[in-house]
Amino acid sequence: MLRVVHYLNQFFGQIGGEDKASIPPMVKEGPVGPGMAFKGSFGDKAEIVATVICGDSYFNENIEKATQEILQMIERYKPDVFIAGPAFNAGRYGTACGTICKAVQDKFGIPAVTGMYPENPGVDLYKKHVYIIKTTDSAAGMKNAVSKMASLALKLGFKEPIGAPEEEGYIPRGIRKNIFVEERASKRAVEMLIKKLKGEPFTTECPMPDFDRVPPAKAVNVKEALIALVTSGGIVPKGNPDHIESSSASKYGKYSIEGIDNLTSETHETAHGGYDPVYANEDPDRVLPVDALRELEREGKIGKLYNYYYATVGNGTSVANAKRFAQNIAKELLEAKVQAVILTST
Amino acid sequence: MVKELERAGIPTVHVCTIVPISKTVGANRIVPAVAIPHPLGNPSLGPKEEYALRKKLVEKALKALETDIEGQTVFE
Repeated sequence: MLRVVHYLNQFFGQIGGEDKASIPPMVKEGPVGPGMAFKGSFGDKAEIVATVICGDSYFNENIEKATQEILQMIERYKPDVFIAGPAFNAGRYGTACGTICKAVQDKFGIPAVTGMYPENPGVDLYKKHVYIIKTTDSAAGMKNAVSKMASLALKLGFKEPIGAPEEEGYIPRGIRKNIFVEERASKRAVEMLIKKLKGEPFTTECPMPDFDRVPPAKAVNVKEALIALVTSGGIVPKGNPDHIESSSASKYGKYSIEGIDNLTSETHETAHGGYDPVYANEDPDRVLPVDALRELEREGKIGKLYNYYYATVGNGTSVANAKRFAQNIAKELLEAKVQAVILTST
Repeated sequence: MVKELERAGIPTVHVCTIVPISKTVGANRIVPAVAIPHPLGNPSLGPKEEYALRKKLVEKALKALETDIEGQTVFE
């Protein structure tokens, strides 16, 4: 029977919500939470001997330290296979799962499997290094994710051959494998071309990597520049007048800070549901530094702070939405002759 | 969002705690922040010290906007 160690965040590890996101790693013997579902899928082929649980904020604020602490905990259990998550579209959780999986593979030489929604930032960071089962964006897809992760973990653990990404359900790792096929390449290429011309679906054998990088914009003289604040940290006027959603935001807000020197718990709050809101609600300047920029404006260190700021909630927000928000915001900022932006994220 | 603002030609500095995420989404100017629930503050400090810390981080962000860069740069 294979020995498996499982990694979970504070939420799936049943410790608590965002108020517990700062807990350091701990270890529990046996399966916890989603580990029970894995137990069902593993049957008598593998056993979760221990579960490591760590707060998402703790992990991401102390990536190197937390990784070392967790590796020490895992070592004692001598696992044959390591699993993490699934993390769905939770960014901090996905980053943690990817980091730990890679560290475990590198240090102990054992295989690791995690699961994420393709837009999770952990995917781009770790897909080359780690098997990441493609999941839905929320825990509604737990059952399917667990069954695919478990099946891949068993195959890896028993050193069975691993199929192509679409067969096993993992996100392509950019690895090319030579295979034998019936038809020669020229025939396959022509068939594909005919399908393409007819507008029929076809699968390329050689997908191009998707590099989307933007060259840095030119520096500005901030002493003369009009500077705007933008945040994905959800800072909104008290009462959240535009009803920006606490997760998977479908909109952003534009709010006046004309004549405002300082954000306070009376005037502003956070609408973000993905971090402990206590500190931001107590003093919203901790996320959107209006007070410091006003002072720098008075000191002549910036030309002017733009009279409006833009805010949305970056919590499981789709890339398509974030892109659209920013394109609209950029258009308005350019019309307002804003020359530079400080964007804060939680 | 950072990437789209820069694509429109507006120099944008990303002040955030999880630098690897900022890098992977394609921010060019990155200033590491304090912590996820309070990127520009630290509730364990006194009000004066906390404000001084925030001002320093904002000044670092301004410095980043003033600096011409070739590729992704983290302003420590």
